[in-house]
Order: sequence, then structure tokens, then C-alpha cells
Amino acid sequence: MRHLISPLDFSVEELDKLLSLAKDISENPKKYSKCCEGKKLATLFYEPSTRTRLSFEAAMLNLGGSVLGFSSADSSSAAKGESVSDTIRVISCYADICAMRHPKEGAPMVAASKSGIPVINAGDGGHQHPTQTLTDLLTIKALKGKLGNMTIGLCGDLKFGRTVHSLIHSLVRYENIKFVLISPKELRVPDYIKEDVLDEHGVEYKEVENLEDVMGELDILYMTRVQRERFFNEDDYIRMKDFYILDTAKMQLAKDDMLVLHPLPRVNEISVDVDDDPRAAYFKQAQYGVYVRMALIMTLLEVSLDEQ
Amino acid sequence: MNNNTISVGKINNGFVLDHIEAGKSMQIYNHLGLDRLDCCVAIIKNAPSKKMGKKDIMKIEGGLDLVNLDILGFIDHKITVNIVKDGDIVEKKELTLPATITDVIKCKNPRCITSIEQELKHVFVLTDKEKQIYRCQYCEEKCSR
Repeated sequence: MRHLISPLDFSVEELDKLLSLAKDISENPKKYSKCCEGKKLATLFYEPSTRTRLSFEAAMLNLGGSVLGFSSADSSSAAKGESVSDTIRVISCYADICAMRHPKEGAPMVAASKSGIPVINAGDGGHQHPTQTLTDLLTIKALKGKLGNMTIGLCGDLKFGRTVHSLIHSLVRYENIKFVLISPKELRVPDYIKEDVLDEHGVEYKEVENLEDVMGELDILYMTRVQRERFFNEDDYIRMKDFYILDTAKMQLAKDDMLVLHPLPRVNEISVDVDDDPRAAYFKQAQYGVYVRMALIMTLLEVSLDEQ
Repeated sequence: MNNNTISVGKINNGFVLDHIEAGKSMQIYNHLGLDRLDCCVAIIKNAPSKKMGKKDIMKIEGGLDLVNLDILGFIDHKITVNIVKDGDIVEKKELTLPATITDVIKCKNPRCITSIEQELKHVFVLTDKEKQIYRCQYCEEKCSR
């Protein structure tokens, strides 16, 4: 039995296979509509999320399966003080696979160690968000046709932004990837990512504060939201939240084939005027998110088209 | 014995922890749980050392199974462990940095699952041997020693 806790749980070859399956699903969704008939996905969401939870639910429903779960810790037995270890043991009796989001870092890993069903990390605090990474990789691969030989700008909250950390972890495994890390000093990528991931893989990167200065260099611009829930101090949040706003003027500085990605939800870091720009790929990204989760569920449940 | 030296007698069967960084012996005493043992323990602090200037030494009567060498390796892998039988040193053990350490240090990241899941063991994994960096296996927070 396999779980997905970190984006590195899959080798590059396994990822290629998963992304190929996701691409085929995106092209022939009906072909897969009964793959998971009779299977149940439990969505264990200990903190609020709209798109990730609905994306998982849509994915399972698209595969012909069903879903059950909770969408906040208040409506779960966690409110009564039940541990993650106990909850997962119980859920293992009710469902065939589960997706867990938890505000505490490492919670899905704990769950996986006690679980009788595959556990998918749907985001653990500011730590990892591997299915967002799969979504990002599928979006880049589908729209750019490749995952290597690119300069990728990561902009905004690079300290607490788990999507950014997961994406860096995954992309360093591809050839000739360069990163431009664009953030205020206070929200820079943590040292352990720089030391253990970027330096370890000999990946070229630079840290800058000004987005305009580097727009022309980028093949991908990955924007992130400054998340209120990651700050202990409200004043710090207010000071940081409007640091970067991508607008049409800045887009004029970018390459014609640059893609703008965003894990969503956005607040005001991308002006709505940018939505009509053909380079804005963040809503397509949300659609790819469903396809890649369908492929992931099939992979972890070890079901294939042949079994139908 | 002159006025400047203190003499601590030999042990017959047990082990001597030598070349402990001066001042660290009490930390080792506590981490190894020696306070809970019934055996004879001698702690020598700030002993003169040619190599280190000054050092701590610990002499413990009893088998090596009394202590967890992984913990010792984590605290200071340069410590020499001399095994004594019938009053003589019969073996010198080299310590290495353990691949994992369990329940020796606590994860201090308030966002880590260990902060709420009470029965969880605090496991740290050696992620960089050269820089001697350990990280929490759950949240990857670097441990501060």
C-alpha cells in the first residue's frame, strides 16, 4: 500500500507515468467514469479549504466513486480530543482511500503510519502540499510540453507557502531548472530548502525583492497569496499582504509565452485584468488539479481501465 | 595527592567516557538517565587535557547495555568510550552520529503535529552528516542542540 505524503514519494519515472495518465484522463474523461465504482474517498479536512477538498471530491465522483468526510476540525471528533492516529484507524474501516488536510505539520505522515488505507497529504500546515505540486507539474507539462530547461519565478510568501516548497522539491529533479525567488526579506524561502534542496542539487537560484526587474527572464511566474492563517501577528500580515500585485503593466515586461500560475485562492496579488491575458493559466490549473487527483486516486488504489 | 589534583579511583568493570567537552558531563548524565541507575558513577569536570585543554570524564560501573550509545553519539560523537574489565581497558569504542534519535530532544516547532499528538515519539533524522544536522521526521524542523 502506498501513500502520498511528500512530493518526493514518487520517482521521476512514476511521476511521468502519473502525469501521462492524468493527461489521458484530461483528453478522454468519460473513459474513466466508472474506474472507481464502489470505492469511497474520505476527505478529512481539519482546516478550511474549498478548492482542494472539492477538487478531491470531484475527482472521485468523476471516477464513479463516492465521498464522505468532514470539512473542519470542529465538525470532527478532533473537537472531542481524538488523536490523528485514532481517527485514521477508524476511517480505515469506512473508506478505501483518504485525503487529509491538517494545520499541524507532519499529521498526514502520522496518519499514514497507522492507516489501513492509502493516505494522501492534502496540505499539512506550512509544510507540504504534494497534490498541488502534481497539479502544477501537470499544468506546466501540458501547456509547455516539458518540465525541464526553464526559469521559474516564485513570488510572494515563500516562507510559509507550502505549495512553493513542494514545487521546488519536485522541479529540482529535472534538467536545467533555474529559480528566481521573489519575496520580501521576511518571507524568504527557509534555509533548509535552500541548503538541502537547491544547493544539494546544484540548482541555480537568486533571491530578489523586485518583481519588475526579473519579469523578462521568466518562463513561469508562480504567484502565491500571503496567508493570514500562517501569521501569529496580525500586524506582520497586514504589512506583507500587498507587497506584490501582478497587473497588466507588469505582464507587458514578460515573455510572450510565459505562464502565470497560482494555487488559488487569490486575494489581490493578481489583478483581475490579468485574467483575460492568454498567459494566465491559473484557472486551467484548477481543472488540471481534478485530472491529476483522478490519476492519483487510481494509482494509489491500483485500479486501471483494464479492470472495468 | 598535592593540593591541585583530585584522585578518582579505578573502576573494575564498567566503562569510562573520555574526552567529553568540558561542562557537558551533566547533560550526558541526564540524557543517559544515569540518575535512575543503582550503579556507581564518577563525574570529573574540567580535568586537564593535552588535546582539549580541559575535558570532562565519566566513570560508570556496570555493563555498556546500561546506556544508549546512540544518544551519546548524538550529544558528542567525539567522546571515547573505554570498556574496562577487571581493572583494565579492554576495548575502545568509536561513536558515530546515529541515523535517528528518538525521544532525546523535543521538536520546538509549534506547528508540528508532535505539539498536539501527545503519545507521539519525537524522532529526529540525520539529514546532513557533514554539517551534523538533524531534522524532525514529521515537520523537518532543524533541531537546535
